[in-house]
Amino acid sequence: MLSITNLHVSVGDKPILKGLSLDVPAGEVHAVMGPNGAGKSTLGYALSGRPGYEATQGAVAWKGEDLLALEPAERAAKGVFLSFQYPIEIPGVPALTFVRTALNAQKRARGEDEVSAPAFLKMVKAASAALKMDFDMLKRPLNVGFSGGEKKRMEILQMALLEPSLLILDETDSGLDIDALRIVADGVNAMRNPDRAMLVITHYQRLLDYIKPDRVHVLVAGRIVASGGPELAHLLEAEGYDQYLPVPA
Amino acid sequence: MNAPVRIDLKDASSFPSRRVEAWKYSDLRKFLRETPEPSAAAQVTGEGPFAALGGEMLAFANGRAVGADAFVASGEQTLRLRFVSDAVNTGHTASVRIAVRPGARLLLLESHEGAGSAYVAHNRIDLDVADGAEVTRIVLADEPDDVLAITNAEVRVAPGGRYRQTIVTTGAKLQRQETQLAHAGAGADVRMDGLYLLDGARHADLTSVVDHLGPDGVTSQLTKGVVRDTARGVFQGKIVVERGADGTDARMGHHALILGERAEVDAKPELIIYADDVQCAHGNTVGNLDAAALFYLQQRGIPLDEARALLTEAFLVEVIDRIEHDGAREVVREWLTARL
Repeated sequence: MLSITNLHVSVGDKPILKGLSLDVPAGEVHAVMGPNGAGKSTLGYALSGRPGYEATQGAVAWKGEDLLALEPAERAAKGVFLSFQYPIEIPGVPALTFVRTALNAQKRARGEDEVSAPAFLKMVKAASAALKMDFDMLKRPLNVGFSGGEKKRMEILQMALLEPSLLILDETDSGLDIDALRIVADGVNAMRNPDRAMLVITHYQRLLDYIKPDRVHVLVAGRIVASGGPELAHLLEAEGYDQYLPVPA
Repeated sequence: MNAPVRIDLKDASSFPSRRVEAWKYSDLRKFLRETPEPSAAAQVTGEGPFAALGGEMLAFANGRAVGADAFVASGEQTLRLRFVSDAVNTGHTASVRIAVRPGARLLLLESHEGAGSAYVAHNRIDLDVADGAEVTRIVLADEPDDVLAITNAEVRVAPGGRYRQTIVTTGAKLQRQETQLAHAGAGADVRMDGLYLLDGARHADLTSVVDHLGPDGVTSQLTKGVVRDTARGVFQGKIVVERGADGTDARMGHHALILGERAEVDAKPELIIYADDVQCAHGNTVGNLDAAALFYLQQRGIPLDEARALLTEAFLVEVIDRIEHDGAREVVREWLTARL
C-alpha cells in the first residue's frame, strides 16, 4: 500500500534520509524506531510534503500513485495524515472550525458532498466522548492553552474525524502520562482496519505495548538497518541502539 | 502639539506633501497638485452596508447633505452615517456635526461607499461626546483603487464619557482616516481600533492623536493590518499625556502581516508624556504568516490559498472581536470575510 524506495531527503543542504526503503501493506502497523537524529521526524515530514524537506532521490508510491508529486493538501485528501510530535497552536481559529474546514476541503478535493454543520457536530460529539475530551474545549482556538496531553488527544480526534488511510504517528507518546497514553492508544487502535496502513514513529518501546506493530524497523543515520517482528522492539529496549551505530574510528 | 493640517479642496496650497512630518508616508501632493473640479450632484441608492441594523440615516452624496448635515443624539440611538461618492475626476467635501447629549448612547455606523473613479473625497466629522455619554463608531471604507479619500474626525470626549471606535478599510489609491481625540479623563474611557486589508497598489493610512487633558483617563488602541502585492499600510498613533493628566492608562498596539514581497508597512507609534504617574505602553510587530501553522493546515487537507486566508482572518479577527455590539460585530465580520 505504501512503498518507499531508496528515499533520499535533504533539509537545507544537509542529507538526512540516505536511501530509505520500506513497504507497509494494507492493514498493517509498522513501527519505525531509532535514536535521536536518525531522521524519524524527517520521514514523517517528507511523506506529508512539508516545504523544506526535499526528496533528492528515490520514490514513494501510495496506492500506486507518486506521492512526492502531490501538494501537501492533495496528499491529505488522498488519506495521508501526520500526527505531529508538537501540534501547532493556531490563535483565532476555533478547533471545531478548523476540523470542519479541513474535512470539507478534503471532501471537495475527492468530489464528495460536504458535511453539514449539524451532522458534523454529531460526529464530533461522539468522537470527543470516546477520547474523554471536554466538548467545550473544541470551541477554543486550536491547541492554544491546551496541555501536552490535550494536544495529542486533539490529534487523535482529527484522525478519527478525517478517517485517513495512511496514519503516520510521530512520537505520539511524548508528553503523555500513562492514562492519556492508554486513551490515545485506544483511539489509534480503533482505527486499525484492513484498508489502513500505519507508520508509528517512536524512540521508545513503551508506545508499542499499547499499539502493537506487525513489523518493527530500525532507522539509524537515515537508513533502515534492521527489520523484524514485534520482538525487535523489546530487544532494542533491552540493548539500545548502540549495536547499529557506526563504530567510532 | 502641532495643529493638524487643514485640507481645503479649493486651495491647492493646503495639500500636504511628504515634507510635512504628519504626512510623510502619505504624500497627497504627489497625486493631487491642483484643485479638482467640483463633483456634480449624485444620488444615494440602497441602504448601505449597515442596512440590517436600522436606525436613523445621515447621508452625503458627493459631499452634499441629502437631508440634514447635523445630528443630536439623546437616549439610545443608532445613526447610519453614509458618505457616498459617485464621481469621475472631480472632488467634493462633506462636513458633518454630531453631538451626543449627556448620558446618551449612540451607535454610529459610518460607511464610505465609492463608485466611479479618480475622484477626491474629503470628509470632516465633528463629534462631541458629552459627560457620561457613550459612542460606538464603526467605520467601513470600501472605495475604488484609483481614488483619493481623506477623512478627518475631531472627537471630544467629556469626563466620564465612553468612546469606542473601529475603522475597517480596504484602502484606495491614497486613503487616510485621521482621528484627533481630546480626552478629558476623569473616568473617560476610549478604545480606538483599526484594521486594514490591502491588495494591489492600495494605500491606507490610519492616523490618530489622543490627547489626555485630564487625570484618570483610559485609552486602549489596537490596530492590525495585512498588506499584499505592492500595497502600503500606514499606522501613526500618537498618545499625548498632558501635564496634570496623572493616573492615565494608555496602551497602543499595532501589528501587521506583510504578504507581498513588495508590500510595505510604515508604523510610527508615539507616546508623549508630561505627567508623572501614568501607565503607558506600546507594542509594534510586523511579520509574515507562520510557516509551521500554514503547513499544519495544509497537512489536514486545507489548500494553500485557503490556509492563508484562514490564518489571515484569524490574525485580524482580534480587532473585530473587540466590538461589543453584537449586530455591528457580525456585519463587520461578514464584510471582512467577503474580502479575504
